[in-house]
Amino acid sequence: MSRPLHSSLAILALGACVVLSGCERPPIQSVQRGYRGLAMDELYNPRLMAASVAANKAPAPPGPPINEGAPASSVYKNLQVLGDVNIGEFTRLMIAMTQWVAPDQGCAYCHDVSNMGSDALYTKVVSRRMLQMTQQINSQWKSHVAETGVTCYTCHRGQPVPANIWFANPGPKRAPGMLGNRAGQNTPAPQVGLTSLPYDPFTPFLDQANEIRVLSTTALPSGNRRSIKQTEWTYALMMHMSQSLGVNCTYCHNTRSFFDWDQSTPQRGTAWYGIRMVRALNTGYLDPLAKDFPPARHGPLGDGPKLNCATCHQGAYKPLYGARMVKDFPELGAVMVPAAAPAAAAPSAAAPGVAPVAATSGVVGKIYFVVGVKEISPEGMRVIVETARMMIAQPALKYDLSGYADRTGNPDANLELAKQRAFAVRDALKAAGVAEARINLKKPEFVIGTADAESRRVDIVAAP
Amino acid sequence: MAEYQNIFTRVQVHAPAYAGVPLGRGTWVRQGKPFMAYWLGKIGDAQIGPIYLGFTGVISLVFGFIAIEIIGLNMMASVNWNPIQFVRQLPWLALEPPPPAYGLHIPPLNDGGWWLMAGFFLTTSIIVWCVRMYRRARALGMGTHVTWAFASAIWLYLVLGFIRPLLMGSWGEAVPFGIFPHLDWTAAFSIRYGNLFYNPFHMLSIAFLYGATLLFAMHGATILAVSRFGGERELEQVVDRGTASERAALFWRWTMGFNATMESIHRWAWWFAVLCPLTGGIGILLTGTVVDNWYLWALKHGVAPAYPAVFPPVVDPAALTGGMR
Repeated sequence: MSRPLHSSLAILALGACVVLSGCERPPIQSVQRGYRGLAMDELYNPRLMAASVAANKAPAPPGPPINEGAPASSVYKNLQVLGDVNIGEFTRLMIAMTQWVAPDQGCAYCHDVSNMGSDALYTKVVSRRMLQMTQQINSQWKSHVAETGVTCYTCHRGQPVPANIWFANPGPKRAPGMLGNRAGQNTPAPQVGLTSLPYDPFTPFLDQANEIRVLSTTALPSGNRRSIKQTEWTYALMMHMSQSLGVNCTYCHNTRSFFDWDQSTPQRGTAWYGIRMVRALNTGYLDPLAKDFPPARHGPLGDGPKLNCATCHQGAYKPLYGARMVKDFPELGAVMVPAAAPAAAAPSAAAPGVAPVAATSGVVGKIYFVVGVKEISPEGMRVIVETARMMIAQPALKYDLSGYADRTGNPDANLELAKQRAFAVRDALKAAGVAEARINLKKPEFVIGTADAESRRVDIVAAP
Repeated sequence: MAEYQNIFTRVQVHAPAYAGVPLGRGTWVRQGKPFMAYWLGKIGDAQIGPIYLGFTGVISLVFGFIAIEIIGLNMMASVNWNPIQFVRQLPWLALEPPPPAYGLHIPPLNDGGWWLMAGFFLTTSIIVWCVRMYRRARALGMGTHVTWAFASAIWLYLVLGFIRPLLMGSWGEAVPFGIFPHLDWTAAFSIRYGNLFYNPFHMLSIAFLYGATLLFAMHGATILAVSRFGGERELEQVVDRGTASERAALFWRWTMGFNATMESIHRWAWWFAVLCPLTGGIGILLTGTVVDNWYLWALKHGVAPAYPAVFPPVVDPAALTGGMR
């Protein structure tokens, strides 16, 4: 071969290397999810997937749950959340939490070891609030976490500060003066997948409740003034979600029509609740905690650390690839308020709008229904009779009935069905001897759940 | 044989520089002594100059320079005047149009005012350059096809950055000046208006875009293929079609039964190229002003097909939970 040919081959090879340097090494596997021809595929690289699975493993629990023993409050002081848990299980949970959150620092990371009950360290105040948050997530946000639930490990992964938290972002430094306004975007921001989209979509959408939807629901203009710039902010949030879950747009959307729920996957509904969950946790738990954190833990604008999708998901479509850690720690699965808890002793727990939820005493009975049916099944009747017996035995308590329906079919009909189910349970309880005045029909915040059997139920909740 | 299979011009003719045809009336003479550039000769004509600048040329260059300066200095300031970061982040940097809240009012300089100013200077520069092309073509006694082709691209540019924002009542609807930012803008534009692929004028524009490249590939390949017979020497083809042109024509008649002529192939290519931004501009102009969701529009008019459902029915949770957004 001639020399010019050699050199042009060399230049070609170099050019190919430069062009391909940003690419991912094959193989890429695609899994079709939507109807053929719609490109609703999930793309996986088995090599990267294996690494991600290895990096997202749940640790083994320290033995099985312990069910018997005196309540922990009989031994320890200042237990505002877990006082009713038996002492063995309480100790087991504390050991697990140390492994999850501060394996190197140990108990002393949160506790004054000379006085374990003291709230002198801010880390203890934060941990207590985080325990309440975990209970809140596992019991009140099943629309997002289902029965998988979360534990401290879901976010912390053995680190005192979770790897993926966020602060209000003032953006990169720019020259003072009247030039160079980035308008909140146009920098290679890792949190939005290195695009030039707005670099802080979290403040408006995951802390404040700005409208995420930008598309019109009519073909012709009908007053929707949402701008292309607003669309870029929504787009940035979606990039964050996509990146946090290791999925592409089609995991939730049929991208030929992003807004259309009829063509979306069920995951979009789960994600919708996820956004609301993160927002509620940021405003209800993390924002009020900012004052308890020392300045070193604050962001550049003085705000406290907050959550986004990546905090739990860490690149996996389900955190820890769906490992159900919470089933080994039942005390994390329900909101608990020990009767002896001194309410005034927890100033950081007094977040407005959240504390009342912690005051509910939990579900005492669940009655499940068949799809589309409001009549109580024989099994449901058995639960009602047992619950009624317990209710009669505790005459001081009142009870809320909340009906639910799944999301299949017509939403209006489902709302009505949920109500009729609650009526049916009320009538059955009355027939079983419970006074009507003690039963209160309460419309829950989310009447319609997912498409599973858990959503077709009536809860009997003991009210304080 | 290998002489003809090269991406560069293999034979450069060196002759005394040619000043060009004599002009009739002219107010401004051509400038500069022509010289030969070997490497430019590899891809084009080796003779550089003489150059005609003229009044319109000067205005266009000065205004274009001002626009680039406004954009570049704003980008530079956004990285705190750091030259290394300027180079590293250049594809991400941009000069953004004003926030939509300003409507069509004049915003503060650092809130879109610079963008308006850069837009004014760039638009003037481009339009004056177009006028310059028209006047030079006329001076040479040529047709003004190049001008009108350029005008078609200017139409799309004006729709995106001026006409449509005017109709929408907000400068914020316009495109930012920046490499990735204008691409993100394009994606956001399509998302906001319900998927531009369902816009029939966008479809036409794509058809002309791909059609133009196809035609260009066919034409370029045909001429290169007969260059061994002198097929690229257009002057001779005009006087005598000769064996190269005959072979090119026969080749297409053999393969598809029909052939363009030496003249008509350029007409085809010109129209495809011109119609690409022309139809595209119409599509952009209708978006948001006349149609707000192209997918729903396509559904209404039977363009978008329905597909069988493979997922269980999904209902908008916002519709189920009442007030919660």
